[in-house]
Amino acid sequence: MNTKIRWIRKNLFKGYFNTALSLSLITFFLWFFYNFFNWLVIDSVLLGDADTCRQASGACLAFIVDKTRFIFFGFYPESETWRPITAIVIFFIIVFYSRLKTRWNRRLLFNWMYCGLVIWLLMRGGYFGLVKVETNNWGGLPLTLMLATVGMIFSYPIGILLAMGRQSKLPLIKYLCIIYIEMIRGVPLISLLFMSSVMMPLFLPEGFSPDKIMRAQGAIIMFISAYMAEVVRGGLQAIPKGQYEAADAMGLTYWQKMKLIILPQALKIVIPPTVNTAIGMFKDTSLVIIIALFDLMYTTKASMQDSNWLGFSVEAYLFVALIYFIFCNLISRMGRLFEKEFGA
Amino acid sequence: MEPLIKMNQVSKYFGDFQALNKIDLDVNPKEKIVICGPSGSGKSTLIRCLNRLEEHEEGTITIDGIELTDDVKNLEKIRAEVGIVFQHFNLFPHLTILENLTLAPIWVRKTKKKDAVDLAFHYLKRVQIAEQAHKYPGQLSGGQKQRVAIARSLCMKPKILLFDEPTSALDPEMVKEVLDVMVQLANEGMTMLCVTHEMGFAKKVADRVIFMDEGKIIEENTPDEFFGNPQHQRTKLFLAQILH
Repeated sequence: MNTKIRWIRKNLFKGYFNTALSLSLITFFLWFFYNFFNWLVIDSVLLGDADTCRQASGACLAFIVDKTRFIFFGFYPESETWRPITAIVIFFIIVFYSRLKTRWNRRLLFNWMYCGLVIWLLMRGGYFGLVKVETNNWGGLPLTLMLATVGMIFSYPIGILLAMGRQSKLPLIKYLCIIYIEMIRGVPLISLLFMSSVMMPLFLPEGFSPDKIMRAQGAIIMFISAYMAEVVRGGLQAIPKGQYEAADAMGLTYWQKMKLIILPQALKIVIPPTVNTAIGMFKDTSLVIIIALFDLMYTTKASMQDSNWLGFSVEAYLFVALIYFIFCNLISRMGRLFEKEFGA
Repeated sequence: MEPLIKMNQVSKYFGDFQALNKIDLDVNPKEKIVICGPSGSGKSTLIRCLNRLEEHEEGTITIDGIELTDDVKNLEKIRAEVGIVFQHFNLFPHLTILENLTLAPIWVRKTKKKDAVDLAFHYLKRVQIAEQAHKYPGQLSGGQKQRVAIARSLCMKPKILLFDEPTSALDPEMVKEVLDVMVQLANEGMTMLCVTHEMGFAKKVADRVIFMDEGKIIEENTPDEFFGNPQHQRTKLFLAQILH
């Protein structure tokens, strides 16, 4: 106790200036949290309609309660809500199961494919007596999670190949990779999404048009791959030359060398920037709004425009911010867990 | 007897700098050669050319009847027969000692895992370090790491073993344990090319000592003649400097 008081004295109240600064900041935080707490809890309206909310001075939680289903699942038929919920639960189970390095084997890969298939069948329906739900009606959290997860699963290996290609001694491969990476990094994701949505159908034969979600997914994978490639390249360059030489000197082939010696070390080093890219991508999926896919951000905005509930955008934004924060934080925690697992 | 290594008029450039200048060198089976010379004289480059960690630009190098060219299949075959021990060990830090040793036999020689493990322990015992098999390289001392590196090369049962200043990065008290292993190998008849400044080692095991300067072989002789009666001015100067 004594040491704590000493710590406070030394760090917060040393001299007039420090004391004044500490006191004013403490006052500000108290004032802020007092008001925020009042707004969120004491004066808020949990049950009721828009009129009840407008008469109260606090947050309109009733709006969130009313719109939660729509924000999470968009235009997915209300009677079928259990399906996306189940899909998300399956997704969480497989992610949670995959957290330990010791479980990373071929069987886990098949489990992921199996879960992906189940989730797809569950969401899509049209089989086993499930009502068919077109992908146009998918939305909200499942869509955001799908775009981000599938995006990462594909762009990670593609990024690794691009990074390896960029270091290749064969000029053709090397320059193709450089051109790809620099071109993709040179344009915004929005323009790629536009191209995938507007231009791509023009080049494809009549009647053959993968649906909009697939095209957006393709654009995201293309985009993130280029960034992943540069992340991985950083790792490849951090490996001492001696490691490459020792592997060469043993007579390992190029692919054996990369698989057994270089990549295990390089990918471990780049876990932090990889997680960074993953978080960035999770948030970037909200850009699909501009090609009219109803992701989490879109469903939130659409809720605000409901004429019955006009004027509660603060609540809606805070709510969706909380959801994004929870998921980004989960990704970040997962990254730290991997760092520990791999002893990086 | 057909030489194991034949170097014929080999030259190598780094940009404008000529690292090797028309080197001619034959090495017979079971021969032990020590290469010395001032830094930048091309001695490391010479032995690194022998398994193509550096590519020579002129001349020919033939190892055990196969010429070193860009042909990848030939190259992998040669590299499996020519082991190298580096100054900085270059063990794989993400693998245990045992995994470091079994990796090449399993993937290059296609040895069964169990046989590769037996082989690894055989050589670990020979360098007296078997009890460390399940540790990671980061947990060993420099001398131990270098002995592991030697054992790793031996697991491929190479016909030739190259040493690139194997004791230069070690603390002084660890030099002997590594040299002891090298002497033992020499006595067992391994063909060895050592770049080293350990003149005691040269006197004890070398069949020939080669002195290099500015990319050329200046002098080449038996250890007795080389140390007792050096012919060239530069050799004398060099010996005077390193023998104090």
